[in-house]
Amino acid sequence: MSLESAATTAAPVARPNAPPKMQGDKVGVFYGEKQALFDVDLKIEQFNVTSLIGPSGCGKSTFLRSLNRMNDTIDGCRVVGKITLDKDDIYDPSIDVVELRARVGMVFQKPNPFPKSIYENVAYGPKIHGIARNKADLDEIVHSSLRRAGLWNEVKDRLNEPGTGLSGGQQQRLCIARAIATKPEVLLMDEPCSALDPIATAVIEELIDELRENFTIVIVTHSMQQAARVSQKTAFFHLGKLIEEGKTEDIFTNPRNKQTQDYITGRIG
Amino acid sequence: MSAGWVVAIVLAIGAIAYFFSAQRARVQRDASDRSKEVPHSLPTYHGWLSFIFATVPALLVFLALSAVSSAILESRVRTEVSAHLSDTSAASLSIGIVHNVSSALNRLDLSGANVPTSYAALRDMAKSSGIVLADSGEDYMLPLAASVNADAAVHKLIGQGLTLLLSLAGAAFAYSRIRLRLRARNEVERVVLWSLLAASTVAILTTVGIVLSMLSETVHFFSEVNPLNFFFGTVWDPRFAAAGSGGTEGQFGLIPLLAGTLYIAFVSMLFAVPVGLMAAVYMGEYASSKVRSTVKPLLELLAGIPTIVYGIFAVVTLGPFFRDLSAALAGGFAFIQAQSVLTAGIVMGVMLIPVVSSLSDDVITAVPRAMRDGSLALGATRSETIRKVILPAALPGIVGALLLTASRAIGETMIVVLAAGVAARINFNPFEAMTTITVKIVNQLTGDLEFNSPQTLVAFALGLTLFALTLAMNVYALYIVRKYREQYE
Repeated sequence: MSLESAATTAAPVARPNAPPKMQGDKVGVFYGEKQALFDVDLKIEQFNVTSLIGPSGCGKSTFLRSLNRMNDTIDGCRVVGKITLDKDDIYDPSIDVVELRARVGMVFQKPNPFPKSIYENVAYGPKIHGIARNKADLDEIVHSSLRRAGLWNEVKDRLNEPGTGLSGGQQQRLCIARAIATKPEVLLMDEPCSALDPIATAVIEELIDELRENFTIVIVTHSMQQAARVSQKTAFFHLGKLIEEGKTEDIFTNPRNKQTQDYITGRIG
Repeated sequence: MSAGWVVAIVLAIGAIAYFFSAQRARVQRDASDRSKEVPHSLPTYHGWLSFIFATVPALLVFLALSAVSSAILESRVRTEVSAHLSDTSAASLSIGIVHNVSSALNRLDLSGANVPTSYAALRDMAKSSGIVLADSGEDYMLPLAASVNADAAVHKLIGQGLTLLLSLAGAAFAYSRIRLRLRARNEVERVVLWSLLAASTVAILTTVGIVLSMLSETVHFFSEVNPLNFFFGTVWDPRFAAAGSGGTEGQFGLIPLLAGTLYIAFVSMLFAVPVGLMAAVYMGEYASSKVRSTVKPLLELLAGIPTIVYGIFAVVTLGPFFRDLSAALAGGFAFIQAQSVLTAGIVMGVMLIPVVSSLSDDVITAVPRAMRDGSLALGATRSETIRKVILPAALPGIVGALLLTASRAIGETMIVVLAAGVAARINFNPFEAMTTITVKIVNQLTGDLEFNSPQTLVAFALGLTLFALTLAMNVYALYIVRKYREQYE
């Protein structure tokens, strides 16, 4: 399958004229004295999949982690510029980080289920945020999250077994179910398939395509085929700068920037 | 020539062998044609190999010969002494005197015809040179001691000669073996392996030796006291009486001591576990690296304080403070005694805080970062993350850490000796004195007591019981910790 055909088959469903769900305005990130990200302006459109691509160390994961302030957990990390979620500045002191992270969920590179049962893994978020009113409600949230993560049929008979006992691909889908159980508006995915085999990857990619009906998704990936297959918008980062962004089909078929072209054709990276 | 000199000479031979072998290997190496034959080992390895050949066998043989020599002499003294004695129970005493006579003769430099014929004469001679000999020696011991000395000198000469010969032979053999392709590097490696193995065996053998020595005394104790009375007896009253003086056999009930031990350990854990755990959580999860690098060493400083100092603190400061405080609270009547379970427990708890916190801190920081990130990314607060994800994940490790701490508490001696008192009784009022197994071991073994009475031997039974108790806890703790480790690998 060529890149072009893959890009054109993924039809964008962006609602025209809708305001961006999230927006970065001159975002810079420092680790101590070292600046890792420079002046990034990027719009994340609602109900779209936006993929961030670029060579290792280009700042794409750093940008992703600044969208739900996970960078706060790193010692000496500092963010400048402005990032908004529905027009609210998420770095404003009045913002509750805990609430923000409930609205902007995250799936990590390596599956990281808690050493609890499958049920408890998914119920974790709803429980701490008090989303469910009673046990039946909680059951319903857990079941529907597992269904939407495409894991229900595989685990419905063993919800009380530990989540760590699942296979790698199943664990990652469990983490996705866990993330969507808190009903976030935006879902961040940091190379969600890099630890998985091709079959599990295909399942997750299909899942991402389904999830964008309800969620705004930002995905970091090293695989350009994956970016082409799953995303409607693509942003290319290099050396901490946003080089080019636009519709995925445009980026892959008709890049405006020389560096982007070099990267997608495999000459740098 | 003393043993020290022999060792020094052997080492010197080894050093010379090292030097010449390395030199020879270097010459061979320089002269070799790499296209035909590649040298196998560096010259230093050839040097070390020669050093090992020159020293290790020689020193081992030296040790072995010394042991054989003293065994031969010992058995000779034993047979001759028992030929002169009708009562064999005094044999060990007489053998001891013979040895003293031998060393006195050596120090006075007497041998052959110079040896006096009567013990009394020797005793006077020894006395004038400042050497004290026992009164109960007999004349037959003098020629025996003199001939033992003569034999020892011969043995020594043979042993030293053999050692030096072997050392030279080893060095020469290793030197002659040096070839380009000799695998000196691998052989040195094997010697390193064996010496590491030997080092680790020492610890194990020592433990086995301790257990065996305690076991034999314990068996001796149980031959005089019924094990049932020991393990299930509720009265501790050993009666410091001489053995065999009928009708005054004491009561050696373990239960009051065990109860005191467990109670005091429980109180100390009650104090140490929450404080230590919270300190560990703070260190592992909240503290910035700057705070951590100051506070953690300070906390661990507590672990470096000798326990006797804690004991002094308890008996001089904390105990009287509690007594006066309770007197003030109750209007004159001090319901907390100066020596009490409470005082001992709290002071021991303070001692245990760094143990708990440092072990738990290791376990908590071993929980992968991905777990924290996963929970935080779901919008959990830090303390929710700690309570719901990190502590459950670390729980088996923490339980293991607590068991290790508990066995420290059970085995602790100096604090309880000073702070808890010596009253052996079953009592559940923490404000009164109680006592522990370790305190009673100290009590039974100190003082001027006949060694093979049950009053003394009970200390070994107590020690073995304590050992079994803490060993079981440690094994269980290690089992839990190991099981937990497998989870993330």
